[in-house]
Amino acid sequence: MSFLQSLKTRDRVFGFMAPEASPVDVRHGPILYLEDVTVSFDGFKAINNLNLTIDDGELRCIIGPNGAGKTTMMDIITGKTRPNEGSVWFGSRHNLLQMNEPEIASLGIGRKFQKPTVFEALSVFENLELAMAADKRIFPTLTARMTGEIKDRIDEVLETIGLTALRYQPAGILSHGQKQWLEIGMLLMQRPRLLLVDEPVAGMTEQEMERTAELLTGLAGKQSVVVVEHDMGFVRSIARTVTVLHQGSVLAEGSMDQVSSDPNVVEVYLGADDEEAA
Amino acid sequence: MMTQSSSSQFWLTRPLGERTTQIFLGVLFAALLLVTVLHLAVPQGHPLYVNAYTVNLFGKYLSYALLAVAVDLVWGYLGILSLGHGAFFAIGGYAMGMYLMRQIGDRGTYGHPVLPDFMVFLNWDSLPWYWYGFDMAWFAFAMVLLAPGLLALVFGFLAFRSRVTGVYLSIITQALTFALMLAFFRNEMGFGGNNGLTDFRELLGYNLRSNDTRLGLFIATGVALALGYILCRAIVTSKLGRVCVATRDAEARTRFIGYRVERFQLFVFVVSAMLAGLAGALYVPQVGIINPSEFSPLFSIEIVLWVALGGRATLYGAVIGAILVNYAKTVFTGVMPDAWLFALGAMFVLVTVLLPKGVAGLLIRRKRQKHDERASTGEASA
Repeated sequence: MSFLQSLKTRDRVFGFMAPEASPVDVRHGPILYLEDVTVSFDGFKAINNLNLTIDDGELRCIIGPNGAGKTTMMDIITGKTRPNEGSVWFGSRHNLLQMNEPEIASLGIGRKFQKPTVFEALSVFENLELAMAADKRIFPTLTARMTGEIKDRIDEVLETIGLTALRYQPAGILSHGQKQWLEIGMLLMQRPRLLLVDEPVAGMTEQEMERTAELLTGLAGKQSVVVVEHDMGFVRSIARTVTVLHQGSVLAEGSMDQVSSDPNVVEVYLGADDEEAA
Repeated sequence: MMTQSSSSQFWLTRPLGERTTQIFLGVLFAALLLVTVLHLAVPQGHPLYVNAYTVNLFGKYLSYALLAVAVDLVWGYLGILSLGHGAFFAIGGYAMGMYLMRQIGDRGTYGHPVLPDFMVFLNWDSLPWYWYGFDMAWFAFAMVLLAPGLLALVFGFLAFRSRVTGVYLSIITQALTFALMLAFFRNEMGFGGNNGLTDFRELLGYNLRSNDTRLGLFIATGVALALGYILCRAIVTSKLGRVCVATRDAEARTRFIGYRVERFQLFVFVVSAMLAGLAGALYVPQVGIINPSEFSPLFSIEIVLWVALGGRATLYGAVIGAILVNYAKTVFTGVMPDAWLFALGAMFVLVTVLLPKGVAGLLIRRKRQKHDERASTGEASA
């Protein structure tokens, strides 16, 4: 085929037009390093000398009592809060402390907030379409066409989040749990390398929790997933490695059985629950 | 809402494959044809004869319908309740009016070769700079779109950049049109002050007082409405249209997934203002006058009422609303001029209570019922 003909083929993307492959360097294993991170608000140390490493493709659960610094940790990773000390690296190439929120998001760190927000008037399919990584300027958006490739990608995510049957329904009619899954799906459309999920099962029914557990464990491997959760039963059902935070630093780390038998953990976390119950 | 098969087409022609658009265009062109035939082919005095006055009246309704479509684009799909779209309509109208004034030439009452009558009356000795170029049709017609577009661009840039939305934006748009009204009332502005621009004679060489020109303007307005409708429909069925709906319902979230919301708002706002300007330009030669009352805040609110009555976020609902309300207005102001505002208020209350989604909501409901009946008898797969 001549060069001119090759320019006319429309089934491929030119090299210079193709989005850059994710440049995250994970050759050394971990996708996320937090080292000696400290954050203080007016003298109060919300995060105190925190060290945390997440491996590529890992599913990690983070638990801890209220005020342990779970949300602040998420804020640091996504660039919302700047630590006073320490370093945060994404892969071994990107220093997250030198980047702003949109840059970090486009690098492939997706965050799901506690309260689900979906576009209620749009269908499930359209919600995913809008969330997809694409040229989001005005004219490319106006003239965007639905290609088979995009459709396949959306179908794939619909399958993953289990909403294929509801694809043409407006997102407003979805149940609370389904909205949470749709929002996870919207994050997946951006092909993240690392997903931060904040309390995914709050307010869910038993069956919905089971489905969410399946969904999150299914995601791990393809991308790294960090789940912050209060519900111990849920954590037990998905966790391979659990990190317990307490007063802004890591108290214990290991399998669920290891940490739940750790005397320190029992004292500050599980023990505290007992006291509250008593 | 979106059929998957049609969404891969070229964005501007995509609506032509839609059932709703086909029906809308079919009804519109049938109405244009019917009025034309009844006007030209039926002898005068016959009960079916449509006289030139009525043709002219329908033309006016159609320009209002185009204005309503422009308002529905920003209000229905973007959630921006503009209470100042009359300003864009009026500016488009003034651009056309300035062209028509220059066309009068030396045939005015004072017979000045260049200056319009009102300027001679005010003892002006030369044309203000912003009147230059309006003797050329192409320039004036470009200004019909560019002048309202530029105003919307500047106004929208400032408003959306500072993230002014909701009721505050509505109030600012009211203030905008009110300020313009006061400005245009002043003789020093050079737009004819209180009296505005009138006594037009010709448009592109056609006598504005002849019946054939009126029919031509009526048809041109119908075609403009069709094109404006297709453009708006193309926008709302594109991915950009879905971003607009997303912005309307959850602005912060839309921003979070990477869309520069304020730019999308600005783009759609400017398109809408240009359509409103075009509507104004088609309105002026049909009514024969443009004066500052078109800037009145009340008129802008009335436009929003047309859209609400017809059914928001459907586009064809805006057309139905504009035509229905203005027809009712014509009838009412003929029978009981004082009662018109009460009648308008009553219509609005009734529609809000009985048909919260407007007249269009009624059509959608009937369509859905039919669909459900078919589904229950097992023909849904057809």
